[in-house]
Amino acid sequence: MTSEKKQALSELALRVREHIVRLSTDGGCFTGASLSCADLLVYLYADFLNVHPGNLQDPERDYLFLSKGHDVPALYGTFAELGFMPKERLSNHLKSNDSIYWHPNRSVPGVEFHSGSLGHLPSVALGVALDARMRGQQQHVIVITGDGELNEGTCWEALLVASAHKVNNLTIVVDRNHFQANIATEDLIPLEPLAPKFEAFGAVVKRIDGHDFTALEEAFTALPFSSDKPSVIICDTVRGRGLPSIERRADRWFCNFSSEEITSLLKELHSQEATKLTSETLTVR
Amino acid sequence: MLTKEASYHGCLRQNPSYLPERRERDRMLRRLSMTSKMNYEQLIHETALADERLLVMTAENRALIRNLPGPLGARFIDTGITEQTMIGAAAGLALRGRVPVVHALATFLTLRAFEFIRTDVGIPHLPVKISAFVPGFLSDGNGPTHQAIEDVSLMRGIPGMTVFAPADEQDMLAMLPAIWASPDPAYLRVNTRPATYQHTPFEIGKAEIVSEGKDITILTYGMLFEQALIAKDLLTQAGYSVGLVNLRSLKPLDEAAVLKVVRGGSLVVTLEDHFQTGGLYSILAELLLAHELTAKVLPLALKERWYKPGLLSEVLEYEGFTGQHIARRIGERLGDGAHTFGAKTKVVENEFAE
Repeated sequence: MTSEKKQALSELALRVREHIVRLSTDGGCFTGASLSCADLLVYLYADFLNVHPGNLQDPERDYLFLSKGHDVPALYGTFAELGFMPKERLSNHLKSNDSIYWHPNRSVPGVEFHSGSLGHLPSVALGVALDARMRGQQQHVIVITGDGELNEGTCWEALLVASAHKVNNLTIVVDRNHFQANIATEDLIPLEPLAPKFEAFGAVVKRIDGHDFTALEEAFTALPFSSDKPSVIICDTVRGRGLPSIERRADRWFCNFSSEEITSLLKELHSQEATKLTSETLTVR
Repeated sequence: MLTKEASYHGCLRQNPSYLPERRERDRMLRRLSMTSKMNYEQLIHETALADERLLVMTAENRALIRNLPGPLGARFIDTGITEQTMIGAAAGLALRGRVPVVHALATFLTLRAFEFIRTDVGIPHLPVKISAFVPGFLSDGNGPTHQAIEDVSLMRGIPGMTVFAPADEQDMLAMLPAIWASPDPAYLRVNTRPATYQHTPFEIGKAEIVSEGKDITILTYGMLFEQALIAKDLLTQAGYSVGLVNLRSLKPLDEAAVLKVVRGGSLVVTLEDHFQTGGLYSILAELLLAHELTAKVLPLALKERWYKPGLLSEVLEYEGFTGQHIARRIGERLGDGAHTFGAKTKVVENEFAE
């Protein structure tokens, strides 16, 4: 990846993170989980996927399904920056005049399917991948899951079926930020060794740093990894990435900051100062 | 009203981009006109030939679709014993314009995969067509794990979901073309028992009025229709004026037909192989409240209990749902202890196990 492209993606990701921070007040949102997958979503929509505001009805477009739906601020921030939706629409967050709430839904152009209940979209994406193959189409069908989401048996059930049907146009991407809702994954339901689990279920797996655009590019441009197996990309990420004051903290999954904190956090994003957080932490699960 | 033949033309019209070669289509329509009676498998096969949107899916329940993998190729998808993944994948396929007809046991579909049906099919209102095997008493000897006797309650509670329960195979085949051609998600209580009644053509949301009665009207759906017919005859022989309604479509409900029955003033019997809560008895109660009406109602259903497993004849006899028992229970409600309502009803056993 050229340094110019890397720079452009980094700047875009920073603007997406600003949207995430601004959504983290007046009711709040899943800030930590959104920041971990911001670089991934920025890379996919800005550089990799053949999907843009002009081809959302094209049956041969690439598909991205966001199964870990609570990171929707990262998705909508990306959409706002790339022209899928006007940026002003983000100010309708949690307002009844729009449908911008804590989980994705199809009233926002670019959202392929609603989510919120974990463990659903691997199977929905499987259906889309099967249909694309039936029609001889070549597009990517990508589904992003959380790592905590992998507790849900249906993630593994869908992979089992995808492997049986040799669905090689389906890619499961794990935002491996090492946290469930409010507890570290390895402290509650350990996932490691994760790559061999996926391999045992019939997938070809690559594991990368999910904040490294070069690594993302190398992995995604190598898809499909096999002619007769589904692909899995495990993106090791940091929950709260970009805001040192909430990074890797179990208690900052869902955040509802004061306006003063938001101002300070926006500066922190630009590495200007650390934020002294006074708002209470919320445990919503 | 949509006849079988008309529905095929309808499918072709709705879907011109998938028209098969004309020669192929003509051949298919000739064959259809020659086929006087198809079974479920033939009907779904012929429909799939005419309409490329239609897919057949199963969670390894192939009893009724055993011969389709070859002819349908990639459009036959067996996901293995995975009701949830099958429903999720069906939603994805429907998102791409397909009409998946999914097959599995009624209890596993409506309970294990309930959230997938509600969330992935119900919320986006996708045309996934659920063919649910061995509902109600039809799971006879399987035991309570297999007794789908809350399925109507669960499925009708999903906004936009339509719910159908044919009386027998002939009734089911009359109903399916319209159900599959509809843009709505649909739940069907599969019933392949041989017909004992010549059914009228089907229209979604319309009940089949077998008879009208001054003293008693039996409202029923599904496999108990056959026993209700027997009960009707026994009660008629005992001197009662007996109405019988095969509801067919539980949602949408033929409200006009049911209100007419209620306003007729007879004893209304709701007869169903379902928990008393949430099924037809509840549907009737909701309708009566909405219209500020009351009625004399006798619910014949499973009240707060699973049924005793066994051969179908044993189940119906033990639980009091043979034609004779139904007539006797209705007679008792009317204070008629004098009649025995004939001899023990002979029940045709199921041919179809899971």
